Amino acid sequence: MADNPFPLDRDRLLAAYRTMRTIREFEDRLHVDFSRGDIPGFVHLYAGEEAAATGIMMHLRPTDRIASTHRGHGHCIAKGVDPRRMMKEIYGRKGGSCEGKGGSMHIAELDVGMMGANGILGAGAPLACGAALAAKMRGDGDVAISFVGDGASNQGTFLESLNLAAVWDLPAIFVVENNAYAESTSRSYAVAVESYVDRASGFGLPGVSVDGTDFFAVYEAAGEIIDRARRGGGPALLECEMVRFHGHFEGDAQTYRAPGEQEELRKTRNCLTRFRSAVTEAGVLTDAELDAIDAEALALIDEAVVGALAAPEPTADDLLTDVYVSY
Amino acid sequence: MARTITMREAVNEALDQEMARDPSVVLMGEDIVGGAGSPGEDDAWGGVLGVTKGLYAKYGRERLLDTPLSESAYIGAAIGAATCGLRPVAELMFIDFMGVCFDQIYNQAAKFRYMFGGKAETPVTIRAMVGAGFRAAAQHSQMLTPLFTHIPGLKVVCPSTPYDTKGLLAAAIRDNDPVIFCEHKAMYDMSGDVPEGTYTIPLGEAEVVREGNDCTIVAYGLMVHRALEAAQALSTESISCEVIDLRTLSPLDLDTVLESVESTGRLVCVDEATPRCNIAADVSAQVTQQAFSALQAGIQMVTAPHTPVPFSPVLEDAYIPSAAKVASAVRRTMGKE
Amino acid sequence: MTAGEGITPVVMPKWGLSMKEGKVVDWLVADGDDIAVGTELMDVETDKINGTVEAPDAGRLRRLVAEEGQTYPVKALLGVLADESVSDADIDAFIASYVVPVEEEESDEDVYAFAEVGGIKVRYSRQGSTDGKTVVLLHGFGGDLDNWLFNMGPLAAVADVVALDLPGHGQSAVTLPEASVEALTGFVSAFLDGLGVEQAHLVGHSLGAAVAAQLALDQPERVAGLVLVAPAGFGPEINMDYIDGFVGAASKKDLKPVLAQLFADESLVTRSLIDGVLRYKRLDGVGDLLAALAAGVFPDGRQASQPGLDLDPGRLPVTVVWGSDDQVIPVAHADAVPDGATVVVLEKAGHMVQMERAGEVNELLLAQLG
Repeated sequence: MADNPFPLDRDRLLAAYRTMRTIREFEDRLHVDFSRGDIPGFVHLYAGEEAAATGIMMHLRPTDRIASTHRGHGHCIAKGVDPRRMMKEIYGRKGGSCEGKGGSMHIAELDVGMMGANGILGAGAPLACGAALAAKMRGDGDVAISFVGDGASNQGTFLESLNLAAVWDLPAIFVVENNAYAESTSRSYAVAVESYVDRASGFGLPGVSVDGTDFFAVYEAAGEIIDRARRGGGPALLECEMVRFHGHFEGDAQTYRAPGEQEELRKTRNCLTRFRSAVTEAGVLTDAELDAIDAEALALIDEAVVGALAAPEPTADDLLTDVYVSY
Repeated sequence: MARTITMREAVNEALDQEMARDPSVVLMGEDIVGGAGSPGEDDAWGGVLGVTKGLYAKYGRERLLDTPLSESAYIGAAIGAATCGLRPVAELMFIDFMGVCFDQIYNQAAKFRYMFGGKAETPVTIRAMVGAGFRAAAQHSQMLTPLFTHIPGLKVVCPSTPYDTKGLLAAAIRDNDPVIFCEHKAMYDMSGDVPEGTYTIPLGEAEVVREGNDCTIVAYGLMVHRALEAAQALSTESISCEVIDLRTLSPLDLDTVLESVESTGRLVCVDEATPRCNIAADVSAQVTQQAFSALQAGIQMVTAPHTPVPFSPVLEDAYIPSAAKVASAVRRTMGKE
Repeated sequence: MTAGEGITPVVMPKWGLSMKEGKVVDWLVADGDDIAVGTELMDVETDKINGTVEAPDAGRLRRLVAEEGQTYPVKALLGVLADESVSDADIDAFIASYVVPVEEEESDEDVYAFAEVGGIKVRYSRQGSTDGKTVVLLHGFGGDLDNWLFNMGPLAAVADVVALDLPGHGQSAVTLPEASVEALTGFVSAFLDGLGVEQAHLVGHSLGAAVAAQLALDQPERVAGLVLVAPAGFGPEINMDYIDGFVGAASKKDLKPVLAQLFADESLVTRSLIDGVLRYKRLDGVGDLLAALAAGVFPDGRQASQPGLDLDPGRLPVTVVWGSDDQVIPVAHADAVPDGATVVVLEKAGHMVQMERAGEVNELLLAQLG
C-alpha cells in the first residue's frame, strides 16, 4: 500500500466513509419510502451534506454536545445515534430514539451528546451556549456545537448566541451549513454579507469557510477550531458551503431550482464520490473495501426499515407519560 | 429562628441557601450583580430592585453571571445548561419580556422531556417579576401567568407571602422540571415571619388562608391580600368567606378548591391577569365541570379589564382588582347585590 | 376607684412568650352572672392557639367590656367583676380610667436565647423571679417550648422558669445527640450546667417526662421535684399510629387528624396550630430526624425504657397528671406510678393536658413548688 497522505489512518478513513455512506443510504431510502406515503409528518433530508457532519463529528467525544437542526439525521448518525432507533422514531414507533413521541425533527440521544434535532430554526444556538457553559464550568475540555443553515443564520437567537459565546468566552462552535437555499429562498437574497467569516468577525469571533463537500477540508478546519476551543481558546464559526440533493422537505417540488440542478450536483458535488476518488487514487483504500461498506450500509438501512415497520405503536397510555419528571 | 423579613429578602435567602447547598446552582440575568465591566463598583445593583444584592460577595462572578441584553440567548443557555448537569436559575427581569425568549421556554424547555421520550431532565428555574401597581405602564406591569400555565411541561408558581416565597423558591430550584417562578414587584417590601433554616413547600399545594362557610374566594399573588381584605369586611356583614391561595398555578391544586366549594357552594375567582383565558376562567370552568351540583350560584370572576395596563396612577388603580370589587362579587353570589 | 376597692379587672392574658394580642371569639358567661375563681369567661384566639380566659377571682360579672370578634392587646381590659355594692358609676369611672400597661416592645431577640451544648444550638427562654426556685419545662416528641404557653406565665410569677426546645425541635438545630432517652437526658444535664442551674424542679410532658425522670434517677441531687404530665416512661405502650402519622404527615390535610389525637376537644386543633407544626416539619432534615428519634425511643412500637417505675417518691416529690382521654400514652400507666406520688387524672382531657386543662395543671405545679 502507498504512504497515507491523509490526516487519518486507514481505519479512521474507512470509518469516515462508513458514516457518510450510512447517512446517504438512510436519507435516500427515506426519500423513496416517503414518496410512497409510508412516513408520517415532515422529513428533511441531509443527502449531499454528509461530509460536513462527518468531518466535524469525527473530532468529538460522546460528552461533547451538539444542537442540531430540522435537517438532523446526518448529525445524529455522525454523532453515534443508532440508525435503527432513528428509523423507528421516524415511523413513530415505540423503541424509537424518542419512543415515537418526537419524530424526525426532534430525534435526540443525550447519552451520545445529541441534544436534539430542532423544529425551531436557530433555537439550538442558545442551547449549545448553555452546554458550552456547563462544559466550561466542569473544566473538562468538552465543547458544544450549534448547527444552523444559511436561513437560520439570520435568526436573532443565532446572532445573540454568537455575541454571548464571545462575551462569556465559551467553548462553543457555530457551524453554518450553507446549502444555498433556505426553503425556497436563496442565500444570496436573504443574507446581507458575502461571507460568513465577515459575520463572525462582526460579532467578535474568528471564522473560517470551507467547501462542505470536501471531507478533508471540513475535517482539517473543524479539527483546528475544536482543538482550540478545548484548550480554552474560545468560540468560532465554521461555514461549510455545501449542497442538498433533495428538497427542503420531502414533497418539495423544488421548482425554485434550475432544471436538472439536483442531478448535476449529484454528479459534480458528491462528497462520497469525491472521497472515494481521493483515497483510491492515493492508493490508501481500495474500491473493494469501499464497495463492501456500501453493501453493509444498505443492509443496515434495510434492517432499520424492517425493524421500524415491525415495531409496536405507542399506546393510549403513552400519550400522557413523560410530560414532567413529577407533577 | 423565625424572624420578620421582607419578600425581597426571602428570595435572596432562598437563592443564597440553595447556592450554598448545591454547587450546580448558578444564577444568570441582566444586572443580577451589576457593574460588569463598568468603572464603578461591582454589585452596583444586585438586580434592578436589589433582590440579588450581596450574593456576589459570597459566590463571585463564577456562579452569578451577568448577561448581555439577550434574553433568547441567555434564557436558552440556562435551559441548555440545565440539560447538561447544571441547575440554573435565570432571571427574566420582567415577565413582559417573555416575548423575546418564549420559544426557548415553551418550545424547547417545556417539551424536551416529552419529545425525547422521557429521557431529558431540564431542572431550570426562571424567575420573573410580575404585576401592576408600580406605575411602570403597559410593558412592565403584566400578569402573564396564563400564557405559561397553558403550556404542558412547565410549572408555574406565584407566592403571596415571604414565608411561601422562600419555601416555594427552594422547592422550585430543587424541582427537576422547568419552573416559572413569579415574584410580584409590589410585594417585595411585604414583611412576614420566615424561619432562618432551609425548608421547602411542596409545589402543587394550595393553602386555605382563611376558613369560612358562605363563599369560597380563590386567588393568587397580590390578589390573596385583596381577597383577605374583602373577607374581613364581609365578616362584619355576617358573610363568612373561605379564602384559598393557589400558590402554584401549574400543577393546580383543584382538589382543595373543590373541597371548599362542596362546602360553601359559592365561588369567586380573583385574578390580576386580563380576563380572556386567565387562571380565573380556568378554575371556573374546571369547577363548573366537576362540582356543578354543589354550586348554589353562578361563579363570579374578578379580574383586570381587557386592556393593557394604563400608566396614569388613577387609571392603574382602577385596573387592578380591589377588595371592594371582590366583596361585591361575593355579595352577588349570595344574592345580596 | 381602683382595683382592690371591690373591683376585679379581667384582662387579656399573655400565653407564651411572644403573644402580643388576642381576638375575643365568644363570651361564655352573661352580664350579671356570679363567677367563681377559675370559671371560664371567654374563648380567645391568638396566632398560635385558641384558649379560654378564666376568672382570676370570684365576683359578679358587672361589665362585658370586650366585644366578640374584636382583637385586644395583652393586658387590655376585657371585663369587670365586682359585687353588687359597687355602683355603676364607679365601674364606669374605673373603665374610663383604665390604661393598658404599655408592654415593653420585646422582640423575639429579647425573649428567647440560644445556647450551644455539645455542638448543638438550642433555643430556650428564661423568665421569672431569679431568687426563687428554678423550674425547667421539657416538652415531648415533636413539640416545642410553646407547648407550655399556658403554664409559663403563672409559673414565672413565683419561680425562675426555664423552657427549652430539645435538639431537633422548635427552633433548635436539626440534630440529635443520639436517638435515646439517655442521650437526651445527658443533653439536658449539660444544658443546665451551661446555665449554671445546680438544682431545679423538672416538669416534663410525654417523652420529656421520661427524660425528666431519667435525670432524677441519674442525678438525684440536681432534681428537687418532678411534675410529670401525660408521661412516657411508665409502661411500654405508645400509640404508634400517632407517632408514625406525625412523622409522615406532609400536608395540613394529613396532619389535622393526627393532631386531633392529642386533644379531647378536637376544636383546639386550629388552622394556626396545624400551620405551626407544618412549618416545623417542613424544615430540611426534620422528617428524617423525627423518624430516627421514633425508631430510637419507640423501637418496634414500644417505649424503650421505663425510668418512671424506678422513682422513689419517698425521697423526691413526684406529681403525675394525666388526661383520662389520652390517646397517645394510655392513662392506665398511671396505675404503675410508684406509691407516694401524687397522681391526678383529669376527666375529659387528652394528651396535651397542660394545654387543655391549664388552670388545674398550673395549680398542681404551684402546689408542688410550695
